[in-house]
Amino acid sequence: MIISTNPATAEDLERFAIWGRASVPPAPPEDPGNRPSDGRGPGAGETSMTEGERKTALEMVQAAGTDRHCVTFVLHEEDHTLGNSLRYMIMKNPEVEFCGYTTTHPSESKINLRIQTRGALPAVEPFQRGLNELMNVCQHVLDKFEASIKDYKDQKASRNGSTF
Amino acid sequence: MEQRLAIFNASGGGGLPQRPRTTTRTHARLKVSWRFKMAAAQAVEEMRGRVVLGEFGVRNVHTTDFPGNYAGYDDAWDQDRFEKNFRVDVVHMDENSLEFDMVGIDAAIANAFRRILLAEVPTMAVEKVLVYNNTSIVQDEILAHRLGLIPIHADPRLFEYRNQGDEEGTEIDTLQFRLQVRCTRNPQAAKDSSDPNELYVNHKVYTRHMTWVPLGNQADVFPEGTIRPVHDDILIAQLRPGQEIDLLMHCVKGIGKDHAKFSPVATASYRLLPDITLLEPVEGEAAEELSQCFSPGVIEVQEVQGKKVARVANPRLDTFSREIFRNEKLKKVVRLARVRDHYIFSVESTGVLPPDVLVSEAIKVLMGKCRRFLDELDAVQMD
Repeated sequence: MIISTNPATAEDLERFAIWGRASVPPAPPEDPGNRPSDGRGPGAGETSMTEGERKTALEMVQAAGTDRHCVTFVLHEEDHTLGNSLRYMIMKNPEVEFCGYTTTHPSESKINLRIQTRGALPAVEPFQRGLNELMNVCQHVLDKFEASIKDYKDQKASRNGSTF
Repeated sequence: MEQRLAIFNASGGGGLPQRPRTTTRTHARLKVSWRFKMAAAQAVEEMRGRVVLGEFGVRNVHTTDFPGNYAGYDDAWDQDRFEKNFRVDVVHMDENSLEFDMVGIDAAIANAFRRILLAEVPTMAVEKVLVYNNTSIVQDEILAHRLGLIPIHADPRLFEYRNQGDEEGTEIDTLQFRLQVRCTRNPQAAKDSSDPNELYVNHKVYTRHMTWVPLGNQADVFPEGTIRPVHDDILIAQLRPGQEIDLLMHCVKGIGKDHAKFSPVATASYRLLPDITLLEPVEGEAAEELSQCFSPGVIEVQEVQGKKVARVANPRLDTFSREIFRNEKLKKVVRLARVRDHYIFSVESTGVLPPDVLVSEAIKVLMGKCRRFLDELDAVQMD
C-alpha cells in the first residue's frame, strides 16, 4: 500500500508508517531527531511493494520541528470502541498534558489519537502504557465477571437441588 | 482542564475536611465556614459521582476525574484502587438473557463492551445462497436476505474466517445447509374446505425444513443435531401447489460491523443506576402523590406515628419518566440523579451462544484489540 501524502501538508509532516504484518520487512526511518527535516514527506516511510497484502494498522504522524512528545497516532480499522476507552486510560496518566481522538470521516474507519506529554516524555510511552493498562482492566473485569457468573450458577444449582 | 477547585486548604488529601478544634470565641465563625466546606465537599462529590437530571437538562454528564482537575484528589490511574472498588453482580440469568451490574468502571469502557457485543463478536450466518429452483412468489434476493437473518446454532469459536477471494469454502470456515421443499395438493382434503392447512401439503416453509450438509470431517466433529438453526419454527416462505424451493446455503463467520445478521445479541444495553434523594421530608397526601410520580415500588409510603411518610425504597426500579417535574410542589423536593459508575447491563442473546459467554467474548475482543496495537509497537521498536 502506498502512502500518498496530501501535497498541502507535505511540507509539515513526516509520515512514519508501521507495517501491519511482521513477515514483511519494514523499513521505518531512523530516529527522526537526528535527521534534519527537509520539509518534504514521506521520506523513507515507504518500502518497495512485495506480493501479498499488507495493511497498515498503526501510523505515527509528527509535525516537523517538534520532538517526540507530541504525536498523532493513526489507528486503522478502529472506531470509538477502542478510541474512547484508550483515551480515558491515557488521560488518567498524570504525565499526559493532552489526549484526544477523532474519527476522521464516517466513511473511513480510522481514528486519529493525539497525545501531548508534559516535559520530554516521548508520546509513545503513555500510548503503550495506556494499552497495557486497558488490557489489565479487561483482564480483571473478565476474571470478576466469570467468578460472579460461576457463583450465580452455583447458587441457582444449590437452590434448585434443595427444592427436590 | 487545569481549573483547580481551591476549596480545600493545604492539609487536605481528598475527602471531607475535618472539623477543626476551636475555642468558643471563634467557634461561631468557624462553625459557619465548616458548614460551607461540608456543602462544598458534597457539591464536589456530586460533580464527580452523579449525573444530575434537572428539569430542563442533564448536568455533570462527562467524566471529569482526571489528574489535575480536582485539588486534593489523586486521580491518576491506580490498578489496585480500581480492583478494590470494582465488582460485578449477576442479577438474573437464564438461557437467553442476562442482567448484571458492573460497578466501579468508567463509561468509556462500559460503552466499549456494549459496542463490541453489538458489532464485533463473531457468529455464523448464511452468506451465499445457491438457488437451483425457486418458483415461489418470494423473489430470490428477498429469500436470500431472509435466510441470512436466520440465527444459526453453531459455535463460531470453532470456525475461522473465510479467506478473501475464496469462493468455494473449506470445512473449517463454511457450513452448508440444504432447503428443498415442494408444495402439492392434498388428495384427502374435503371438497368444500378452504383451510390451507387441509388443502395443501408443505405450503409453509419453516426453518425446520433446512437440513445440514456436512463438509469434509464436520460430521465427525459435530454430533448429529448440533448444527441447526436456533429456532425451527421461523417461517421463511409460503408456497402453493406446483411451487418449489430448492437451494443450497453457505454459512460463514462474520461480525456485526459487516452486516447486522452476524450480531449475536438481540440487543445489549446498559443504564446507570438511578439515585433519588428527597431533599425534605414528604408527608401526608404529598407522600401519596410522590409515590404516583415514580414507577411502582420506588417510593414507599409508611405510617410513622400516625402520619404517612414517603421513603425511597428501591430506586433501581425507576425508569425516570420525569413525571415529578410536572408537579409544581414536589419538583423542588426531589433530586433525580444517576450514579456515574454503576452500570446495569442487559444482554439478550439470539441463541447462538449463552449470554454470559457473549460478554466474556466481548471482553476478550477488546483485549485482542489492545494486544494487536501493542504488537505493532513492539515490531517497530525492535528495529
